[in-house]
Amino acid sequence: MATFFGEVVVAPSRAGLDEEEEAREETPEDREIRREIEKKRYRRRGRLRLEIRESAEEPLVCSRFIVAIGRNAAAFLSSFILDSVCWEVVGVVKLWNEWCRTSSTTNVLPTDSFCLFYRLISDPTVLLCQCSCYVAEDQQFQWLEKVFGSMQKKGLQVTILSTCPVADYKTQESTLTLVSPFLKALKTKEFQEQVCCPLLEQPNIVRDLPAA
Amino acid sequence: MFIPCDRGGDSAVPDFKGFTLLMPAVSVGNVGQLAIDLVISTLDMTKVGYFYTDCLVPMVGNNPYATAEENSTELSINAEVYSLPSKKLVVLQIRSPFIKNKYRPFCATLLSWVKSSKCARVVLLSSSHAYQRDDEQLLGTPLRYLLTPDLERAVGDRMKELNWKEMEKVAAYPGISNTDKVLHIPGGGITKLLFTESCSEGIQMAVLLKFCSEGDNIPDAFVLVNYLNEWLQLIKSEVSTSNNSTDPSSQWKIPSSWRLLFGNGLPPALF
Repeated sequence: MATFFGEVVVAPSRAGLDEEEEAREETPEDREIRREIEKKRYRRRGRLRLEIRESAEEPLVCSRFIVAIGRNAAAFLSSFILDSVCWEVVGVVKLWNEWCRTSSTTNVLPTDSFCLFYRLISDPTVLLCQCSCYVAEDQQFQWLEKVFGSMQKKGLQVTILSTCPVADYKTQESTLTLVSPFLKALKTKEFQEQVCCPLLEQPNIVRDLPAA
Repeated sequence: MFIPCDRGGDSAVPDFKGFTLLMPAVSVGNVGQLAIDLVISTLDMTKVGYFYTDCLVPMVGNNPYATAEENSTELSINAEVYSLPSKKLVVLQIRSPFIKNKYRPFCATLLSWVKSSKCARVVLLSSSHAYQRDDEQLLGTPLRYLLTPDLERAVGDRMKELNWKEMEKVAAYPGISNTDKVLHIPGGGITKLLFTESCSEGIQMAVLLKFCSEGDNIPDAFVLVNYLNEWLQLIKSEVSTSNNSTDPSSQWKIPSSWRLLFGNGLPPALF
């Protein structure tokens, strides 16, 4: 792409290509920065770790799993569902990436790099997860494998709660006229129960951890 | 990697032996992917499975090729496989970009799946940055093809009959003469890697690409899919009676998911 000044610059592509990075030689500074970030990720939280409380059974038997991804969804669960009487903490996923706001290992905010797992005391097969930290795209698969890999699934039903900005919603009408709260759902064909809100219509999509 | 769909009681792995695998490269303007959307939508292909992979950014939505209320609620994810046995065609659609540093493992796994499923050949639809063309490439057709040596022996003559232009190699060090000529596909994503790997592994692969820029790439997709159709004859190009020319563009069905590609309608309160 040519600019006003006649120079040719690499145009950013919607296709999200990084091929130029492979062709371009890394300066020593770039290499050093990349190595430091990788070391930090590994050292800070030992990559992605799932820790289950010793007294909890292993693997966790699960029939219903509710996951809240993002601060809004996690806050919803904290406000309306969770309390110390009915729910107990049974596990945590610890991870670290460049988006975590805390930089020190000692004064870490729990919500920054932890995903907490709760179990309903009256029915221990009901699990709940609050994940308000950002799980980077190259950590999402690992997160899933660790979490679902540690469960003994028994007729498992998974409910994922998440939020997206209204500005991302594609509709013929203006987004100013949408009802509030604006809820949409996606479901697999195996889910036979009634869904409490309309299904998400094309061309809208969901991405990142909720999609994964 | 490939997980077949559970279609009623028949959950046997579909047989792709001898099929042509058609797939896009995630490339400039997403032209390959748009063209694949047109193929799947027009031929009303059936989904037969998907790729379970950690190499692509996750995404999910409802059926992008829905035509009615009844078929609009099937979930769709980032890498899905469709098939049309009557034309011995299997199509892979990729709907999201690669996660950083994961494109090489994906290419390796993909090619090993191609070999294990015994596909006869692979046709890769791609695109390349228009602004990187040299003076000669600026003239004439913006479409190019590439064939691996194994496929060249089989269909090279057909390409000559169709008067297609092969992708030119460029000097490895521009400005210096007498250097080696190399293949350079800027903006083509995994195109070059897949092609060079297929050459060395004896896989029959054809690359069809178009020079384009980012923008409204729907016309580019139509041009590319018509180019593909000249060779594979997936749909019949009907002769238009009004101007007596063959224009197959109108026979491609635009999927419902192409709505609102450039954002929402304007709020009336703006005026």
